[in-house]
Amino acid sequence: MRSVSKRFPGVLANDAIDLTVRRGEVHALLGENGAGKTTLVHMLYGLQAPDEGAIYLRGRRARLRSPRDAKVAGIGLVAQHFHLARRHTVAENLALALPETPALFPTRALRAPVAELAQRYGFEVDLRARVGALSPGEQQRVEILAALLQGAELLILDEPTSVLTPQEADRLFAVLQRMRQEGKGVILISHKLDEVLAIADRITVLRGGKVVATRDAATASAGELATLMVGREVTRGRSPSAAGPGAVRLSVRNLTVHSERGEARLNGVDLDVHGGEIVGVAGVAGNGQAELAEVLTGLRVAEAGTVLLDGADVAGAGVRDLFARGVVHIPEDRNAMGVVGGMKVSENLVLRRHRQAPFSKGRLLDWREVSRNADGAIRDYQISTPSRDTVTRQLSGGNVQKVILARELGGAPGLVVASHPTYGLDVAATELTHKLLRDQRDRGAAVLLVSEDLDELLQLSDRIVVLFRGSVTGTVDAAGAQRDEIGLLMAGDRTPLAPAGSQA
Amino acid sequence: MIAGFRLEQRGSIGPLRTWALSLGAIVVAMVLTGVLFAAFGVAPLAAFATLVDRTILDARGLSEVVRRAIPLMLAGVGLTLAFRARFWNIGAEGQLLIGGVAASGVALFSGLPGPLLLPAMFLAGFAAGAAWGLGPALLKVRLGVNEIITTLMLNYVAIYLVRWLINGPWKGRSLSGFAYSDVFEPAAWLPTIGTTRLHWPTLTLAIAAAVFVAWLLTKTRFGFEVRMMGESPDAARYAGVDSFRTTLVLVLVSAGAAGLAGVGEVAGIHHRLVDPASLSVGYGYTAIIVALLARRDPLAALVTAAFLGWVAASGDVMQVALRLPSQITGVTQGLVLLCIIGVEPFLRYRLVRVPRNAGNGPDGVRPVPKGVQ
Repeated sequence: MRSVSKRFPGVLANDAIDLTVRRGEVHALLGENGAGKTTLVHMLYGLQAPDEGAIYLRGRRARLRSPRDAKVAGIGLVAQHFHLARRHTVAENLALALPETPALFPTRALRAPVAELAQRYGFEVDLRARVGALSPGEQQRVEILAALLQGAELLILDEPTSVLTPQEADRLFAVLQRMRQEGKGVILISHKLDEVLAIADRITVLRGGKVVATRDAATASAGELATLMVGREVTRGRSPSAAGPGAVRLSVRNLTVHSERGEARLNGVDLDVHGGEIVGVAGVAGNGQAELAEVLTGLRVAEAGTVLLDGADVAGAGVRDLFARGVVHIPEDRNAMGVVGGMKVSENLVLRRHRQAPFSKGRLLDWREVSRNADGAIRDYQISTPSRDTVTRQLSGGNVQKVILARELGGAPGLVVASHPTYGLDVAATELTHKLLRDQRDRGAAVLLVSEDLDELLQLSDRIVVLFRGSVTGTVDAAGAQRDEIGLLMAGDRTPLAPAGSQA
Repeated sequence: MIAGFRLEQRGSIGPLRTWALSLGAIVVAMVLTGVLFAAFGVAPLAAFATLVDRTILDARGLSEVVRRAIPLMLAGVGLTLAFRARFWNIGAEGQLLIGGVAASGVALFSGLPGPLLLPAMFLAGFAAGAAWGLGPALLKVRLGVNEIITTLMLNYVAIYLVRWLINGPWKGRSLSGFAYSDVFEPAAWLPTIGTTRLHWPTLTLAIAAAVFVAWLLTKTRFGFEVRMMGESPDAARYAGVDSFRTTLVLVLVSAGAAGLAGVGEVAGIHHRLVDPASLSVGYGYTAIIVALLARRDPLAALVTAAFLGWVAASGDVMQVALRLPSQITGVTQGLVLLCIIGVEPFLRYRLVRVPRNAGNGPDGVRPVPKGVQ
């Protein structure tokens, strides 16, 4: 890619990017969310056209006006969210991906090439399995297989390990290794330093839509890359609570939840959170963290177990009741759940508080109070918005999160449940979020922080509870915690550890 | 991507742009109708001139436009409320008919004294329309049954119920041979303006309903929660909205408004229960266009109902003055709806030219120009 630029209204998403990927190379694109990685990939895959610059494949200028062009040119993409038909079998999905699928018995012609590829790359795939029944790791292998069947010479993987267990990630890396040996090119998008250093040959760091550096993985260090990514030295300092934990505010015992399909999602979870304490919840995605947050905030009803909030049993209480009792929630999916994208900023700032005074007067809403509240929140939380009447969908991720934080933390909560509160945010918004959560802790609120970012958990939490397949595999004191110790617990290893914190 | 252009998402949608695009859609639909006129051997411009002359510039013609608009306003305003919450009520036709049935029942059999008769008919019509919407609402919120199917199917139940009534138990004694009910006593007739068929009390009610629904949506907590549910069901759940109660209430209001439209037709025009095809002439379906053309704004629905009332009244003129088949009204309505749906993408996207330097050639690659590498 040469001097490729892409503008969106108000932002230069990619500014004169130069990027070269060689044959037999795993090239990592490293950058924070919003650095321009996704835009770059979209242009490579024909989803968006560059405003300036051009893309060359094997020395020839490529015209990529649609994903179809990209596929023909030998570019494959494994997106973060898989593009598979869940109700169909693996074979049917692979047939869909092929350029020339026979109209009758479309899957018959697949068997030989799939078997050949599977053997070459060490895949195990059951062609007759329904995609919906596969694990994320298996689904990802189906996507990779589809790209290889199409004859991809350059494979782009967007945050491939975010849904994988460490073991599955190792298997993925073995496949990438094999592709490298075959002379194919791989672009690996990630913001995980360790894995990038482990697998990539070269690393290009993006920041603010620009290439800040390209380094050989062999000589790069994690510290240097982190600095390049955020643009300054990262201070990983902790700031423990001044007062220390107070009385138990949230007490969960034997909490059990099943999914709609009857799989156990939480399996007898015990958990205490004290006032003035941040308890982190660690785990690979899909091990019960989401369900725990949902139960505690009233979005889901547990089948068994007790939830005591300041001594009162609130198991089975609804969202509205819990919110009135001071349980606030910074939801995982901030755009779909945390705000109503089509509503004004001022409306979203009272989304859950609209039933309370002074916003509700009887059955009517007092829009003057709503506006006044919005002006205050925009000022206090430095929400960058053209006006309080702007449609919230138009705000950046960081500002959407500020809207949610202002609304949820503005009313002196007793329990804060924060799910992935900084996911996708830039450095400044992340720091603000952390500061606000610490402020709540120092105020005496109980804070439960669910995150997949181990650094964030270590930095903010007083204790870290690790979930694996819906059970607590261990609780560690964040101050002296080792990353690999938590990693083992995340993988389900219950090796007894020195007891730390209160696992009552 | 089509012919060197592609669609890109727009940031925001202004009200001006919405109106301009809707107007554009109508113009396109009118041009297409003009082509249709030409196909029937009628000069399009002269035809439109005749239409305008006999509908808008003529007092009696204008009264017919408004008369046609009344049921469209009531049903359409109701639909804007339902559509705001993304409850896709396709059953206004059935709810309107049932409203007419209930009003006829009160007029024919209640024996209420004169002054109470009309208010009782409106109340009964509202309640019956609402009841007709209750089933689909309950099925949707409790069992997740698609409301488009259930409300649509209930239209047929309503149509055959009316047919059965006027051919069976309610068949008029005075009109042997015709399938009508008996004529209501004059106390059950709505007053009209002069000698026209413009039953103004229903018109007043329709305007009041539009103002009420607009007030509900903008000023009340209920309206706020309805909008939340429509825009983002997940966020509404997170905000603690009681979707069961909210959906039920909004469907009752929406379907009840269609029921009121049915009362207006029997009490204002026919003065008896008539065949469903003459009672409604598809008002319940046209009301869907009214609500969508108004972009789900109840006050704007008054304007769009007037426009579609004009289309309906023009149909009568076309038949009489231009000797065109009556079906042309339906075709025009269809064209309007198609064009409205057609411009929808332009609300949210803009056409952008794909730069030439993205390359060309069917093989997807082309040689690097000299000096570039």
